[in-house]
Amino acid sequence: MTLEQNVLAKNDAIARDNRAWLRKRDAVALNLMSSPGSGKTTLLERTLTALARSRPAAVIEGDQATSLDAERLRRTGAPVVQVNTGAGCHLDAALVRSALTQLDPKTGSVVFVENVGNLVCPAMFDLGEQRKVVVISVTEGTDKPLKYPYMFAAADLVVVNKLDLLPYVDFDLELCVKHARSVNPDLTLLTLSATTGEGLDTWLNWVAAQ
Amino acid sequence: MHELSITQSVVDEVRSRAGERRVHRVRLEVGALTAVVPSSMLFCFDLVTAGTVLEGAALDIDVTPGRAACRSCGVSFDLPDPVLLCACGSADVSVLAGRELKIVSMEVG
Ligand SMILES: [Zn+2]
Repeated sequence: MTLEQNVLAKNDAIARDNRAWLRKRDAVALNLMSSPGSGKTTLLERTLTALARSRPAAVIEGDQATSLDAERLRRTGAPVVQVNTGAGCHLDAALVRSALTQLDPKTGSVVFVENVGNLVCPAMFDLGEQRKVVVISVTEGTDKPLKYPYMFAAADLVVVNKLDLLPYVDFDLELCVKHARSVNPDLTLLTLSATTGEGLDTWLNWVAAQ
Repeated sequence: MHELSITQSVVDEVRSRAGERRVHRVRLEVGALTAVVPSSMLFCFDLVTAGTVLEGAALDIDVTPGRAACRSCGVSFDLPDPVLLCACGSADVSVLAGRELKIVSMEVG
């Protein structure tokens, strides 16, 4: 019996529904992915604080077990829905759909989806997001894009965080950019420090443009 | 281990087509440029099919090699990994094959 059926067809159909659901509210979702320790939650905290005056924002926080990050983000005043994946190493479109229903974001919102911290599994799953963002930091290896090529190939934007630590670590920014472009020539990259705020404007402008 | 949920998707799809019929074999096409490890899928398949109409079924995985075309020199070439680089030095290439993830067929009865 011949099928010729895409394995992820069900996930992709739900993702398309999510995208249409968001469009109806004039909202966008940004899927943030990283290894643990990239500073993604700090970046999100600063972003939510900065957006508070200009645009409604909300967060879907994917975590294997704890709700520590969600509590940190709630302090910014933005609505946060926590999704515990348990043993699951990634979010999928169905998890995001139920989180969106619960979150009920305001018209014109930007919904940040903080994916589970790992650079392999989330690459496979369309959530219905507008853009996929990979956050890495200069304390990670220069060759990260070559070690996790699938993630970098799937990304629309790479944020290189912890720029303030660049003088103290062995990280070749130019080479890292070259590696990232070798798996994804269309990639946009930007550098910032979520701690000092350097480069944050460029990131906020990018978010505003979505 | 996203292979577990991907394998679960395969088994769900096959079960919904098979109904009460026994499934003996499932054939997949997995592109070399997807983040899927075939041996992990084989491992997950036995776990996920236990107690279903697929229990004991064989899983065949055909790996489709990566293939790309260079926009600079016009040449098509094999892509062993996701690094998009033509022999001419250009990284301006388009991927032609290697990103497939499909259930090709199943044997029931
Ligand atoms: Zn060429």
